[in-house]
Amino acid sequence: MSLELKNVKKAYREPGGRQLPVLNIANFQMASGEQVVLVGSSGGGKTTLLNVIAGITTADEGDVLIGGTNVARLSEAARDRFRAERIGYVFQTFNLLPAFTALENVLLGMSFGGQKVDKSRAIDLLKQVGLSHRLNHKPAQMSVGEQQRTSVARALVNTPRLLLADEPTANVDSANQQTILDLLRKSCRDSGVSLLLVTHASEVANQFDRVEKLADFNRPQG
Amino acid sequence: MNLATIAWKNIRQRGLASSLTTVSVALGVMLMVAVLVIVGILESTFSQRSINFDLIVGAKGDPLQLVLSTVYHVSPPIENLPYRFYLDLAKDKRIDAAIPLAMGDVTEEGSFAIVGTIPEFFKIPYAPGENHEFRIKGTEFYQPFDAYIGTRVAAENNWKVGSKLKLRHGGAAGDHVHDEEFTVVGIIAPTGLPHDKTVYVHLDGFYQIQGHDKPLKEAIKREREFYGETPLTEDELAAEIKKIEAKYGVHDHSQDHGHEGHDHGHAHETPPVQKEVTAILLSCKTPIAAQLLAGELRKGYKAQAVNPIFPMQKLMNDILGPVKQLLVFMTGLIVLVSGIGIFVSIYNSMSARRREIAIMRALGAQRGTVFGIILAESIILCVGGGLVGLLLGHGMVYLAAPIVEVRTGLIINPLAFEKTELVLFPALFLMSVLVGFLPGMTAYQTDVAESLSNS
Repeated sequence: MSLELKNVKKAYREPGGRQLPVLNIANFQMASGEQVVLVGSSGGGKTTLLNVIAGITTADEGDVLIGGTNVARLSEAARDRFRAERIGYVFQTFNLLPAFTALENVLLGMSFGGQKVDKSRAIDLLKQVGLSHRLNHKPAQMSVGEQQRTSVARALVNTPRLLLADEPTANVDSANQQTILDLLRKSCRDSGVSLLLVTHASEVANQFDRVEKLADFNRPQG
Repeated sequence: MNLATIAWKNIRQRGLASSLTTVSVALGVMLMVAVLVIVGILESTFSQRSINFDLIVGAKGDPLQLVLSTVYHVSPPIENLPYRFYLDLAKDKRIDAAIPLAMGDVTEEGSFAIVGTIPEFFKIPYAPGENHEFRIKGTEFYQPFDAYIGTRVAAENNWKVGSKLKLRHGGAAGDHVHDEEFTVVGIIAPTGLPHDKTVYVHLDGFYQIQGHDKPLKEAIKREREFYGETPLTEDELAAEIKKIEAKYGVHDHSQDHGHEGHDHGHAHETPPVQKEVTAILLSCKTPIAAQLLAGELRKGYKAQAVNPIFPMQKLMNDILGPVKQLLVFMTGLIVLVSGIGIFVSIYNSMSARRREIAIMRALGAQRGTVFGIILAESIILCVGGGLVGLLLGHGMVYLAAPIVEVRTGLIINPLAFEKTELVLFPALFLMSVLVGFLPGMTAYQTDVAESLSNS
């Protein structure tokens, strides 16, 4: 699924009432099935950009076209549904629900869209990420690497067309970082899913064919 | 995964807090159910359903005491009436049936009331409506020392047809056990009414018991005094006694003349003047006849006729009704307080769960969905607690039933279900929605990006 951003602007209101611009993107494009890494410094607006693309937050201005659908113009409920059905999101801090097992966390990934919950697919995905022995373990009973792999499985379970990954290896130990990265890239490649990964780590960025610097196309100050 | 499953998972995650709030709801509902069931049983026991006669005639006094002692055997009898009074009433054309009752004794171990009566008592249904005929397992009740016993009496004493029983004079505190033995000739099928815990003995045999027939001299004087007749002189009295003895023979059980060599089990006819009845149950031909009769009896002699409904309704309205309302109100307050506890528990957890809500929203859950999850948690806690409380309430009645029966003489059916209990669950559901609304709105209004960034 292709991605195109046109004249996207986003600002936050500071406590004093002043506006703090975070995003000002004239144009950004990704082709369907492409894997792009976005590099930026901390506080540079990477997470905000991913949130705007995912529809978690709305841009103040501009268009966000995902597979031809302008997410920025959708109602909140429609954006939520679009996100549930078409977008996968891997968070920096995994964001697994502590009360749910690995399997249940993955099943949650398909519970909010219109599709039927397919337990066998969830189990298959967990097996693919090497967690067949952790199906009934809660996050507290898993290592950091296992939690992130669960998060990857959850992001893929609803067969998204676009996967967003926000610093997916930042909180993972070095031994697991490459595993996670390879897992993400292979899963997306095998399913034809577009991947947009943000990171500040050059060793991650260097593995991608297309590396974009956020600062090159985001000019929040104008 | 559906809303209920997600809600249940969240509840289990907060195990201790969830358990405590559920238990508090359960306790409140338990108390309310116990109150409703027990008061419901009392209302039903003391309603018209318990008796199928138009009037109860007894000595003048408190109408409520007359009804309670005659129908429920939970109050001492007032005074006795002359047997002649019963005979005269029975001839009244306005009356379909007149059943005499003689009370005052209990079974030997003191638990069950003894009522002397006639076989016709068992031909009349014990309560209005269909299928309320007495069903007796045994033979006809016609010999003077025959007895019918209720199922509770049979069960607790392990008596069956053929068993023998003795009477204790004057209630459980009395210290004199009569020597005369009665024989169980029938067991009354359960009625759910005081008949189940009563021993009915033939009235003729009742009068055979030592002390139950008054000394002739005293009996004649009492009867004449009751009717307002001029007292007899000593000579007239002696002549009257001689006449009676000539007709019925000399047989005086009233004196304590020792038991050796004296057969207390034999039957003989007791002169009517020596007999007394504690109450007379009347079934009248028409309601108007009952009213007129009651009015006449109120004016004369020393008797009263009571419609059994009215004193019991007064008891219900004046005492039991307000007590029930107060108890239901108080237990309702307890349930309300526990509902507030659920509100506080869920609301306080919302700040800690903001991130979890945001995660679900980030996965595509809509605002209404997360609102629904919180509401579902509230409903599960309230209604779940209510279900537990319902079971505990009936369990409490089950455990208390034997104690209440022993202390009050009332029959408690622990499996009784009060229709008002059906209102409990809609009320709990409504409370759970109210309680979960504000926390649900907190979830509804969660800012996803901000909550995720704060994690």
